[in-house]
Amino acid sequence: MASIPEAIRLQNVVFGYDPRRPVLRVDEMVVHAGRRVFLYGPSGCGKTTLLGIMTGILQPQQGTVTVLGRELTKMSMSARDRHRGSEIGYIFQSFNLIPYLTVRQNVELPCQVHERRRKHILASTVAEEAERLVRRLALEKHLDRSVKELSTGQQQRVAIARAVIGRPSLVIADEPTSSLDSDRQRAFLDLLFEVCDEARATLVFVSHDRSLMREFDEQLALSEISQVCA
Amino acid sequence: MTILRLAFQSLWSRKFTSGLTIFSIALSVMLLVGVDRIRRGTQVGFEGTLSQTDLVVGARGGSLPLLLYAVFHIGTANNEISWGSYQHFAHHPAVLWTIPLSMGDSHRGFRVVATDDSFYEHYRYRGDHGIQLDQGTRAEGIFDAVLGSAVAQQLHYHLGQKIVLSHGLEGSFLKHTADPYTVVGILARTATPVDRAIYITLWGDEAMHLGWQNGAPPLQAIPESQIQKSDLQIRTISAFLLRTRSRIGTLFLQREINTYKPEPLTAIIPAMTLEDLWNVLSAADIALSLVSGAVLVVGLLVMLTALYTSLNERRREIAILRTIGLNARQVFTLFILESSLISAVGAACGLAAVYVILFAIRIPVENNYGIPLAMVGLSSRVGYYMACVVGAGALLGFIPAIRAYRNALVDGLNAG
Ligand SMILES: Nc1ncnc2c1ncn2[C@@H]1O[C@H](COP(=O)(O)OP(=O)(O)OP(=O)(O)O)[C@@H](O)[C@H]1O
Ligand SMILES: [Mg+2]
Repeated sequence: MASIPEAIRLQNVVFGYDPRRPVLRVDEMVVHAGRRVFLYGPSGCGKTTLLGIMTGILQPQQGTVTVLGRELTKMSMSARDRHRGSEIGYIFQSFNLIPYLTVRQNVELPCQVHERRRKHILASTVAEEAERLVRRLALEKHLDRSVKELSTGQQQRVAIARAVIGRPSLVIADEPTSSLDSDRQRAFLDLLFEVCDEARATLVFVSHDRSLMREFDEQLALSEISQVCA
Repeated sequence: MTILRLAFQSLWSRKFTSGLTIFSIALSVMLLVGVDRIRRGTQVGFEGTLSQTDLVVGARGGSLPLLLYAVFHIGTANNEISWGSYQHFAHHPAVLWTIPLSMGDSHRGFRVVATDDSFYEHYRYRGDHGIQLDQGTRAEGIFDAVLGSAVAQQLHYHLGQKIVLSHGLEGSFLKHTADPYTVVGILARTATPVDRAIYITLWGDEAMHLGWQNGAPPLQAIPESQIQKSDLQIRTISAFLLRTRSRIGTLFLQREINTYKPEPLTAIIPAMTLEDLWNVLSAADIALSLVSGAVLVVGLLVMLTALYTSLNERRREIAILRTIGLNARQVFTLFILESSLISAVGAACGLAAVYVILFAIRIPVENNYGIPLAMVGLSSRVGYYMACVVGAGALLGFIPAIRAYRNALVDGLNAG
């Protein structure tokens, strides 16, 4: 285990939206590179908050956060933004897409904003890469349609494509399957695993639905990590 | 670049509200700039009607009415000048040329101006443009008439046409039926009030009133064929235009005319009288500008409302942009760009509308009201208005942008 590099390390982290009332207190949490990690815990426990800290959107009041070898807690806000955009793909529970862009434009967006994502595509152009991924997720018929015309399941698949385009080192998904029925949850998970493997990305997957957790390499209970969550 | 494209697409996706907002800004810019351009257009139009004339001389009276009736054919002369006084100044050593003008008759709403060859020789407008004949010849004979281009065009008259002139202005029932005039020439277009008049000779003017007594026609009309120049004597004119040999001479001559003992006269410097006119009108202009300024504020507030109310729906969008690595400053920029784009497009549309409208109404205004309206280009004042509109738009965009910026930071990933 020791030889595998760490993708994420949190050390003595304390965070509260209001500094006087911490919602998260983590002594130590480590995610190794290339692993698929399932993070679970009751609602309101601070799962989304933890993801915000890992991605550098939220800055803890105490402790150190190291993601992909960079110490976020020592970086400026815009450096963290750049780091997040170029190294991390993120999938929300729902409403993942910019409503006024087409499927293709949504998928290509990270590559337009970040040089590093643009450089790491597998196809020769960003457009071809978007097409390849969209085809991979069986959405090629909808490539140039407005995302508003897609079903929830289709939208979540577009979100996968946008998260993994340009092969980020870390993919984070915050309850991406909770709006899908159980059949489609399985299919979604399989697709997510496939494309993450292809990108060789570490995956952190948040859910309160523990029926999915056997599919993962590692399971983390937030109640065990964070002292605030009872 | 990506942010600019996002701003475009975001506005485009809200076509209806964006369109309405742009429309309201365009409308207010149109009012604001339109008032300014029409004012400038009339100024240029009025100023271009008469050039190289140093003094306009009429019977003692107000200077503005004199200028208006003598040059722009608006209003009427209250008194006449004797031919003797005219001759005195026409041959004055300081005078280069004079153009006598006798007015008071009309034909189907168009003024009849009696003058002589000096009009064709010396009259100048818009710098150094002179009177050109489009067809035919100058009026030489007693019953010759030359039409301004707008007269010929609107009445569909051609050379050789017989026309009857009526005494006084439109609505007068006294027609000089006995004396039909013949169109011998048509002037080229000048785009000034010159186009809207009919020109006859001073003899013709006298012939029209031959045998009249106390403003009433003779009981028995005198046949045209029996009138000859030798029977006629020019007694009065309404006004005359004058050019002095030197600029300095102008002021001395003006004094001399104004204090001329044998007859009370008024001499005005046309540019200065026009300046007085603009000063009189500037109060109305300021009032109009204030109203259009208020309309502009309303237009900008419409934009603010539209952008601000869309903010809540867009919290999720902001969160997505943050996760793909846009920083809060870029989210801020996105909102500023949207408001700037809306106000810039609105301002451009408003400006374009002003010129379309100006172009469309120019000829009808000139033809129906006799107000010369020149097509004027952009001015620094318009540039200033436009900069203000776009600047104010961008500035107002700060309010939703700051909110968006704060949402981006506070919401984290839980928005929506
Ligand atoms: N923007 C915010 N401002 C203030 N408090 C917040 C904010 N977002 C979340 N919280 C609080 O922080 C705590 C943790 O919320 P978080 O969203 O991380 O929970 P979660 O584990 O993701 O829950 P769920 O499973 O319902 O998504 C909650 O008590 C919540 O009320
Ligand atoms: Mg959550």
